[in-house]
Amino acid sequence: MNPQVLIDGVIAGSIIGLGAIGLTLTYAILRFANFTHGDFLAGGAYLTLTVSGFLGGFLASLGVGTPLGPFSFGWGLPVSLMAGIGLTIVLTLALDRVLFGSLRRRGADAIIIVMASFGASMALRSLIEFIYTANPVYLTRELQIAQQIGLGMRATPDQLLTIAMTAVLVLALHLVVTRTATGRAMRAVSENPSLAGVYGIDVAMVIRMTWIIGAGLACVAGVMSGLLVQIRPYMGFDLLLPLFAAAILGGIGSIPGAMLGGLIIGLAEAMTVQLIGAEWRAAVAFVLLVAVLIVRPTGLFGQRG
Amino acid sequence: MEFVAYGAFFLTLAMSYAIISLGLNVQWGQTGLFNVGVAGFVGVGAYVAGIVTTPAVDGRLGGFDLPIAAGWIAAALVGGFVSFLVGALTLRLRSDYLAITTFGIALSLQLGFQNLESLTGGVFGMGFIPRAFGGLQDDAVLFNLANLGLAAALVLSLYLLLEHLARSPWGRVLRAVREDEMAAQSLGKSPVILRLQAFALGGGIMGLAGGVQAQFIGFIAPANYLPMMTFQVWAMLIVGGSGNNRGAILGAVLVWAIWAVSGGLISEVFPPEHQARAASLQIVIIGVMLCLVLLWRPQGILPERRR
Repeated sequence: MNPQVLIDGVIAGSIIGLGAIGLTLTYAILRFANFTHGDFLAGGAYLTLTVSGFLGGFLASLGVGTPLGPFSFGWGLPVSLMAGIGLTIVLTLALDRVLFGSLRRRGADAIIIVMASFGASMALRSLIEFIYTANPVYLTRELQIAQQIGLGMRATPDQLLTIAMTAVLVLALHLVVTRTATGRAMRAVSENPSLAGVYGIDVAMVIRMTWIIGAGLACVAGVMSGLLVQIRPYMGFDLLLPLFAAAILGGIGSIPGAMLGGLIIGLAEAMTVQLIGAEWRAAVAFVLLVAVLIVRPTGLFGQRG
Repeated sequence: MEFVAYGAFFLTLAMSYAIISLGLNVQWGQTGLFNVGVAGFVGVGAYVAGIVTTPAVDGRLGGFDLPIAAGWIAAALVGGFVSFLVGALTLRLRSDYLAITTFGIALSLQLGFQNLESLTGGVFGMGFIPRAFGGLQDDAVLFNLANLGLAAALVLSLYLLLEHLARSPWGRVLRAVREDEMAAQSLGKSPVILRLQAFALGGGIMGLAGGVQAQFIGFIAPANYLPMMTFQVWAMLIVGGSGNNRGAILGAVLVWAIWAVSGGLISEVFPPEHQARAASLQIVIIGVMLCLVLLWRPQGILPERRR
């Protein structure tokens, strides 16, 4: 097998892993499988693109688009990404307020909330398609040439940056969840929400934090995917099954698990493309998901069945 | 006359959706199983019916040239069998794993419809599927009315059968399992087996609906069985009233009408160059409607009746 599979898989796996972390946190803390999560990736990418378009229009003279070092984008993109993250967080908090939160307060069955997330997913994606059309768009027009990185593998500077940024984000998040009071509160709510409430943990704050982390990482993952491939209304929905497979493979609620699950799915997809053919890539996540459900439904690091 | 033909055409399609919606009602309404892969099971039925009833074609497997009724029966059987397999895999696990798995199976089935060219015809689809009352095709009014009669009769008999089942001891145990699994189990009923039966029955009905659609339109393609279809059928059942077979039928006609009318309005209001993107507004309307019903009237228009 070509060693290039390894690097391709890690790049795709980084994006899947970042998305899966948000999914696994909402799954563990809010207790529902959020079908809208894939569309948060697409939403984040489009919001960032919109801000970046404004910056490019107003501040073109300041060189927002002039490539930074070896990368394909100028300083406008990191700035837009920050704004995009903020806007994606606002979007998810608003959605929680009008839809998921209302259902939760009414004591609706988890499966009803899943259904609502399925409806919201369709509506959000179609709204994106209406506003931005179905044509793919790009964050940068610069072409990058893949360079040798040793062991017969090639990668572009943008791709290497994606891997590095994922590693930093996951490490930082892991420290927050394991070492801070907020992180302890999040784990307590995921163990037992009513008991956590009795002990004086601010459950509403934990829910907000969950959306903030999930939305932020979804936006980063969407922008990475947009930078390396392209931005389309269906980009997030097409990733939804890999995201679920990664979250379940890693064990619901486990951040390292979701990341590792993402990398495994990414590598398996890259291998499938090389060994079987690109037309079956989308089925890889499903096959792995079924395998996990048969062999070990709790996933690699999961506690609950 | 054109209006009559169109009306009959519209209602025949609505009836085919009513069949899917009735199948989903067995799974969700009576049993509480969340199937997010409806389109996949309908697609299986459609392709099976196509393979069984089309005349032999060079370069494609199947083509048995059997009568239409054989196509329908095969569609229902294979649809039920596939659901049985999916159910056997997931029904022991948490309820939302069923949602994720069925979502995945529908995507994979769709991929199969697209890539298994020697069986399905690939992205270009499968044509020349014999149509019911194909001999009347030259007279649009008569052809559509005859098909509507057939589809309506099918919906009616399915409705009577499902009502009978819901009132039978089997239906009562099914609801008991949904309402209080522990209590039903303590009375010696096996929840997993009952759920599996209901899931396979519902999937068989969806497969039948796929066969009916294929044999009404005469042409099928992978793009017909996208998650959008699943989503439409869910909206139909939730709006109409889950747990109520009449609600399932009413919802199918109503949502299909909203879909058709909003599509017509969009093509009136938007200039041709914007129509492709404006069509996505149809989905937004249905999505928002689904969420609003879940928020404000979760029982739907016709709530489940206590028996």
